[in-house]
Amino acid sequence: MSETPHIDIDYVANLARLDMTDAEKAKLGTQLDDILGYFDKLNAVDVDGVEPMAHAHRVFNVWREGDQPGETYAPEVLTKMAPESRDNQVVVPKVVE
Amino acid sequence: MSDLHFKTISELAAMLAAGETTSVEITQAVIDRTAAVDAQVKAFLSTDAEDALAQAKASDERRAAGEALGPLDGIPIGIKDTLAVKDQPLRCASKMLENYVSPYDATCIVKLREAGAVIWGRLNMDEFAMGSSTENSAYQTTANPWNLETIPGGSSGGSAAAMAAGEAIATLGTDTGGSIRQPAALCGVVGMKPTYGLISRYGLVAFASSLDQVGPFARTVEDAAILMEAMLGKDDLDSTSIAPQGETNYAAALKEKKGPWKLGVPQEFFGEGIDPEVKANIEKAIDWYKSQGCEIVDISLPHSELAVPVYYIVATAEASSNLARFDGVRYSHRSEEAKDAMTLFTKSRGEGFGDEVKRRIILGTYVLSSGYYDAYYLRAQKVRRLILSDFEKAFEQVDAILTPTSPTPAFKRGERADDPLAMYLSDVYTISVNLAGLPAISVPSGFTKSGLPIGLQVIGKAFGEADMFAVANAFEKAHDYAQQTPTL
Repeated sequence: MSETPHIDIDYVANLARLDMTDAEKAKLGTQLDDILGYFDKLNAVDVDGVEPMAHAHRVFNVWREGDQPGETYAPEVLTKMAPESRDNQVVVPKVVE
Repeated sequence: MSDLHFKTISELAAMLAAGETTSVEITQAVIDRTAAVDAQVKAFLSTDAEDALAQAKASDERRAAGEALGPLDGIPIGIKDTLAVKDQPLRCASKMLENYVSPYDATCIVKLREAGAVIWGRLNMDEFAMGSSTENSAYQTTANPWNLETIPGGSSGGSAAAMAAGEAIATLGTDTGGSIRQPAALCGVVGMKPTYGLISRYGLVAFASSLDQVGPFARTVEDAAILMEAMLGKDDLDSTSIAPQGETNYAAALKEKKGPWKLGVPQEFFGEGIDPEVKANIEKAIDWYKSQGCEIVDISLPHSELAVPVYYIVATAEASSNLARFDGVRYSHRSEEAKDAMTLFTKSRGEGFGDEVKRRIILGTYVLSSGYYDAYYLRAQKVRRLILSDFEKAFEQVDAILTPTSPTPAFKRGERADDPLAMYLSDVYTISVNLAGLPAISVPSGFTKSGLPIGLQVIGKAFGEADMFAVANAFEKAHDYAQQTPTL
């Protein structure tokens, strides 16, 4: 990371499934290069042998004591939120040819 | 009773118990105040006066029947637009969730209802809680009631501004990197972020799950303690929530604990970038503690200057993953240009998200991407542990740590809008606390010459809320900053 950092925005935007205009990309490009340059501060730290920390406390997998059926939402409560629905199902554009 | 809207929870609880006022009267006072000032402040995205008054009426009926629930019964509490309240809009100040209405209550809301609180309105914020000025809201820009030309801080800017303007008796916010404490400092109110896991995140729209915490805004430290007692606890619906440890009768304990304490002052928080008036103000606060017999210990948190880069790697990585759920399929904005699966995702997300959210999704996706993961994300996680170790070492010597909450008072609107890095540095004194999972509170500590509020941050040990509240309460009770209100 010693060279000036640079993000290939088209590549990353595709990974993130995010459509952006050329103007947005141009503006973002300069800003992100500044931010990545700032991140380079981290390279000065010796992290040999340091255990990575993903969480504030030690967390463990949680097992539920058997499956307890409880109240659920009526289908129409959930499909009501969808941009498009029909017969209590979410409608999406055709995804298979 | 024209000033009911500026009273504290404990004052109102006493008045309610003595029959000197009613919840309907308090709630109406808050509704009237909001109607009078919110055109200037713009703290609320939506309100539901009818619903609030119905809750207030139910509270008054409970009390009349001799079944009052406790200090929060009948108290109107404003809610940040990132927490689910059944049958109310939940938009996260984003176009992405423009038409979303919550089918359920977040756990913290359930607990407030069980305590009798009146749930009141939806408070503005930076879109998806990403920002430090509330300028990233897709709907409106909230003003700081102390100077309408300046920002209220963020991301919980609506929650802080509503408190300063008397539009609620208390409010809830969320704090991922300082989003409660920084706006509390800039608006001259109390704001508190609990130990990670103390309050369930169920019903909070996820931004960075290993950092996000719900917490209260209040007029006094005691009120914040009352709210924390009502909301804390392990929740089966959030596997990262934790059963509280140690003293949790905070409101009673803060009156009994009188110190003197050993208080750490980290040299790193008084260096480059701090406003001279803020520095002088916090040094004066530290001198006050010394005058009360507290031992002031110079401590070092050597990795704290790395907290900003670590945070913006960890938080954006988690955000890029959490925000993948907004895909235009089940409940978010869907583009009319969606022709197939791919454009359904890309166009809907491109139209629904604002600039800062896009910036963070791109950054987070990049630091997790093949070839860069080790250099950025993994390294940041390792430095995160070094930041925690710094605090652990410091807390071997001291009971609590004192710092400024924000390096500067409220800045002018638009001043940092095109300089994301400058905006990110607004959080320089608050984010290490989130990375380490510790509790911290911002308490008003005075004003600049131009009349803008300044906040003192008290950082506690993990689950050390009782001591942290007591340290903050001692300062608050010896000064009158918390009682001052802006002219609107």
